Amino acid sequence: NATNNNNDNSRSDPQQLVGVVGLEVHAQINSNTKLFSGSSVRFSAPPNSLVSPFDASLPGTLPVLNKRCVEAAVMTALALNCTINKKSLFDRKHYFYADLPAGYQITQQRRPIAVDGTLTYSILGGKKRSQVIRRTSTIKQIQLEQDSGKSLHDDLRSQTLIDLNRAGVGLMELVMEPDMSCGEEAAAAVRELQLILQALGTCQANMSEGQLRVDANVSVHKPGEPLGVRTEVKNINSVRFLSRAIDYEIQRHIQVLQRGGTVQNETRAFDSKSGFMPEPNLPPLIVYEDNASLPTGIDACQAVVVQEIRAGLPELPSIKRDRLVQTYGILPEHSFTLVNEDGLVEYFEAVLKATTKEPRKVIGWVTNELVGHLKQRDMSVSQSPISPSALAELLERQESGHISSSVAKQVFQEMWRSPGKTASQIIQEQDLGLVSDATQLHSICQKVVDSHPVEVHAIRNGNKKVLNKLMGLVQKETKGRADPVLVRAILQEKTS
Amino acid sequence: MSLFSLSAKCTCRAVSMKSHRPSFNLLTNDGYSVTKVENLHRRNRCLQSHITRVTRLLSSEPHHSKVPKVATWELIPEDQLPPPAHLPADLVDQLERLALVDFPTKQGLACLEKAIRFADQLHVVDTSGVEPMDSVLEDRALQLRHDAVIEGGCAEELLQLSKNTVEEYFVAPPGNIPLPRREERATMMKHSEL
Repeated sequence: NATNNNNDNSRSDPQQLVGVVGLEVHAQINSNTKLFSGSSVRFSAPPNSLVSPFDASLPGTLPVLNKRCVEAAVMTALALNCTINKKSLFDRKHYFYADLPAGYQITQQRRPIAVDGTLTYSILGGKKRSQVIRRTSTIKQIQLEQDSGKSLHDDLRSQTLIDLNRAGVGLMELVMEPDMSCGEEAAAAVRELQLILQALGTCQANMSEGQLRVDANVSVHKPGEPLGVRTEVKNINSVRFLSRAIDYEIQRHIQVLQRGGTVQNETRAFDSKSGFMPEPNLPPLIVYEDNASLPTGIDACQAVVVQEIRAGLPELPSIKRDRLVQTYGILPEHSFTLVNEDGLVEYFEAVLKATTKEPRKVIGWVTNELVGHLKQRDMSVSQSPISPSALAELLERQESGHISSSVAKQVFQEMWRSPGKTASQIIQEQDLGLVSDATQLHSICQKVVDSHPVEVHAIRNGNKKVLNKLMGLVQKETKGRADPVLVRAILQEKTS
Repeated sequence: MSLFSLSAKCTCRAVSMKSHRPSFNLLTNDGYSVTKVENLHRRNRCLQSHITRVTRLLSSEPHHSKVPKVATWELIPEDQLPPPAHLPADLVDQLERLALVDFPTKQGLACLEKAIRFADQLHVVDTSGVEPMDSVLEDRALQLRHDAVIEGGCAEELLQLSKNTVEEYFVAPPGNIPLPRREERATMMKHSEL
């Protein structure tokens, strides 16, 4: 058999090609007014009702920078370990589009407010996907810039309808290095970024409402070789879809290269011919390290002081998770669930206050039962029909041996269906209490033993596993309410 | 469309100015203008805020004009200038796309080249060690605004500025109409004699 030596180098070995992903994130700043004008920032309002003459680019209007936007950018930059540029500059990026009335966007290309940061996120790996693996992505820069208006395309009448409500809203653009390799990493990074921004209050980070927009630059290459041609994945409105879209694009690149083709890039043409110029209407933006470095005579409300903002940073999600693991001895993966759901940490801590049960035994109820039920019905923690104290009561009944674990889960379901009913009420009404009455149990066990001589014989001959079958029969008899510990002891005694 | 006239005449306009006080109120963004806009808004005349006011102060004191009485500029010899810029067709195409300005004829292109040549005179100036200036405001402090709503809510007035509206939306052509390719434009040029 002659071996077929395929020396065709134009086909890339698909095994070796890996994805390279770099994200560009636009986060809408959570402020009352826009970046350079005093018109309101709101999600939905009648078209063009939140527009000032400056936003509409009327002649003679000038930009005046919103202090809150500067503070938000500094706070975000500090939370992401960036270096703050004490002096940053504004530029105009020129391009023609109907929703950009001025014909340019004011941005910070040359010297942005912050550079060189890191975003640490975690993915779940290992066999059971329960191992927490830490990753870090580098943030190249964070810049302040204007959002554009909204275009509604009316293809029927061959026209575009323009709403300028969003024109001029402040954005923080986070440019990240291409140091991720797949959709899962990108999704995890974005989720962590959402949590951080929400904790800071600088952006509400809701992707479906357009408060957080993520574009992914995707390419493939063989490790060690130069990066391949980039394409962009845009207009994604959920984290889950982002992950899928990125993986799909990586696969598409690989398939194209496998066939011997080359990846085409359509959208980058604009950027290479960028029309940038400095913004002549704005002097440099200066932020001060501390109160000591303020120039004399400066009005306090005119100064952004980094030290003050740093001192006011809230507890970040990663710190919170570590604290929860330390304090309560729960697993890291549980801490993720706790921090991911709004209000869940408070719920968990409230339950702990009202029960004697160990945190490690409570956490499962919160992260599995409660969250499971909430997710099924797309509800938030605050909407839970079972309050922390009600759950605590249920856990107490289980802890004290009144009900078995499986019955406890049943009672939980019942409590969900009938909010207001306590665990004790339900247990009593449906007679779900554990049967611990020794005499009763003895007689049931005896009945089972008497009616299964074969099994008893097997146990006596050393096959201890058969005992489980007898236990099952007893539980069937008692409708699952027999105290398993007692039953086992009694059966063992009777079959010895 | 002609670009701009390159008149080599020195334009000296006699303007009376007090030399030690700014003599016109420009609409600046140092906080003063914001108040102006605010006031105008409150009086519901938001559209008139963009009229620039220029006032000249008359004075009976003798003034020392910095404007020279005789022309003082000189022609700069060609050898002091860098070599003339060559404009490849692709570059002209790129410029047209960026600025949406049309250079439809040889005359237009010649005009562009003359304009660049005129600007080449700047090379004679020694700028070593001098940072480029982005803005005449570079020594001023950037004014920061308090995050409170003070404008907006004038949809009706803004929409009146547009010839074409639908309900409360401005109307624009569908998407970006791409500039015809250079070859197509060359054909168009042949048909339009200038």
